[in-house]
Amino acid sequence: MAPVIELEGLGVRFWQRNILEDLRCTLSGRAVGLLGPNGAGKSTLINTLLGFYPVATGTARVYGYDIRTQTKQIRSLAGYMPEIDCFIAHMTAVSFIRMMGELSGLPSSAALERAHEVLFYVGLGEARYRKLGTYSLGMRQLAKLAQAIVHGPKLVILDEPTNGLDPPARQRMIRLIHEMRDSRELQILLCSHLLRDVEETCDEVLILKAGRQVHYANLEEERRTNKRFLELETAGEDAGFAEAVENLGCACAATSAKRMKVVLPESFVMRDLYRLAEERNVQIRRLNYRRDSLEDIFLKAMENANGRS
Amino acid sequence: MAVHKRSYRGYPGQLTPLWSRCLIITRYAFKNVFQWKLLTSFFVACFIFPLSCAVLIYVNHNTRLLSMFGIRSLLNIDAGFFFHFLRVQGSLGFILTALVGPGLVSPDLANNALPLYFCRPLSRTGYVAGKMLVLLSLLSLITWVPALLLFLIQSILAGGSWMGANLWLVPNIFLGSAIEILVFSMLALALSAWIKRKLAAGAALLGVFFFGAGFGQAANAVLGTHKGDLLNLAGLIHTVQAHLFRQAWRSAISGGSAWVALLAVSGFCLWLLARKVRAYEVVRG
Repeated sequence: MAPVIELEGLGVRFWQRNILEDLRCTLSGRAVGLLGPNGAGKSTLINTLLGFYPVATGTARVYGYDIRTQTKQIRSLAGYMPEIDCFIAHMTAVSFIRMMGELSGLPSSAALERAHEVLFYVGLGEARYRKLGTYSLGMRQLAKLAQAIVHGPKLVILDEPTNGLDPPARQRMIRLIHEMRDSRELQILLCSHLLRDVEETCDEVLILKAGRQVHYANLEEERRTNKRFLELETAGEDAGFAEAVENLGCACAATSAKRMKVVLPESFVMRDLYRLAEERNVQIRRLNYRRDSLEDIFLKAMENANGRS
Repeated sequence: MAVHKRSYRGYPGQLTPLWSRCLIITRYAFKNVFQWKLLTSFFVACFIFPLSCAVLIYVNHNTRLLSMFGIRSLLNIDAGFFFHFLRVQGSLGFILTALVGPGLVSPDLANNALPLYFCRPLSRTGYVAGKMLVLLSLLSLITWVPALLLFLIQSILAGGSWMGANLWLVPNIFLGSAIEILVFSMLALALSAWIKRKLAAGAALLGVFFFGAGFGQAANAVLGTHKGDLLNLAGLIHTVQAHLFRQAWRSAISGGSAWVALLAVSGFCLWLLARKVRAYEVVRG
């Protein structure tokens, strides 16, 4: 897949203070997560990509467009849902979304049609003639999402989209993000400090801490890789079982007499392991695939970052 | 497909040209402005005086009507007429600015809507130009546009000799109104950008004009100088207009200094706008 965002030593500085420092990474997933604790620089990175903040060092490209010189092209391709509450209180949802569509370049009649369509899509169809000032926080979040997608962007940037939402509203937002991702009509850059949101929706993740990149993970690959790691617990007296497993092409490391960690080769068929156990009269009491959750990845990245600093 | 079953789909159609985006802001701002019936009524009322002037010019050239009352001429249509016309319309323009201006930027700031504008291919200049176009067009419609129409009516009725002798008024009518419109619009937008509440922004605009003049007078009296007149924006505008229309005007400030002062005020307002109208403010931490 062609890269969506290429960070080339990107740095942002406000009043001699480095907010982002030497970010280098290529992100190309259908849904990319930006993860980090509060104050890590996630929103600053998004705002810099959109050209709101000046670049101090390096540069970045969005779909090949340089953020230093081609901001207009980038903004034409992107839809942005900010973290803060953004709306115009005296406007009805439909006229607000229509105006935003027109500002993105949609002709007036197309903007009106799309405004109705996206408001139904996000679930605000029945409330589309109400003034935005009367909306609840959850409804305003959905209206923000609607304005971000009204013009059919190639990239949607979502900054903390589930902030302040109750569990059903959060579920709805996550479902919408899933749907958009799976439509393959756009790519998503999701910025969140909530691991669950990123884990549920993203296939790539960039973890930031204190303005620095501490880890990049391709979650799809990690998930695939995890499938190749096993933790085995056996019962029965057979000292040679580990050696026999190795003969199947696996790499084994015994953690105790009856426990071992196994790395499976690409073409491994699990039935062979059971057959071997049967032949050697070994009971397999427990068999776990390693599950490295995003939380593990995140915590490891934070630990590494602490160790470095 | 039923609307409730719609799934996400992109937009494959044509896009409008980039230059036209700021006009969208103007269109929506106009729509918002004319939702207020009081303002619409006031705007209509602003045309009463130009209409009366047009009737007066017509009567002035209707010798049969004048002879019925035994009068040769009602008034002399010259530079003084247009100077006073612009003074009256300028005052109405100021009230119109105080009513319209504060509602232009402040609602966007009050609800943090600026990032939503600027994440699109719309520059800050485009945004300000779009908002300012509302004031520029409304104020133009009640100042130099009717003034030029009156000039045209007078030229048609009085003949080519009058027109030839007074042709120098045409650029001055435009310039005299333009500087007034520019100062009003810039001040209104700058105050609207810095003060989130509409009412407070309107009050601040009145304050800048009236308290500025008062403060200038006080400075003159205390310091024994005339430099305080530079704070009297209305006085400066009238000095410039008197200078353009070659009218006698009691002011210690020269026409040139008044021009410079007004352009400096406009420049300062532009700087204030540039500081405030941005997607996000970076706060020194």
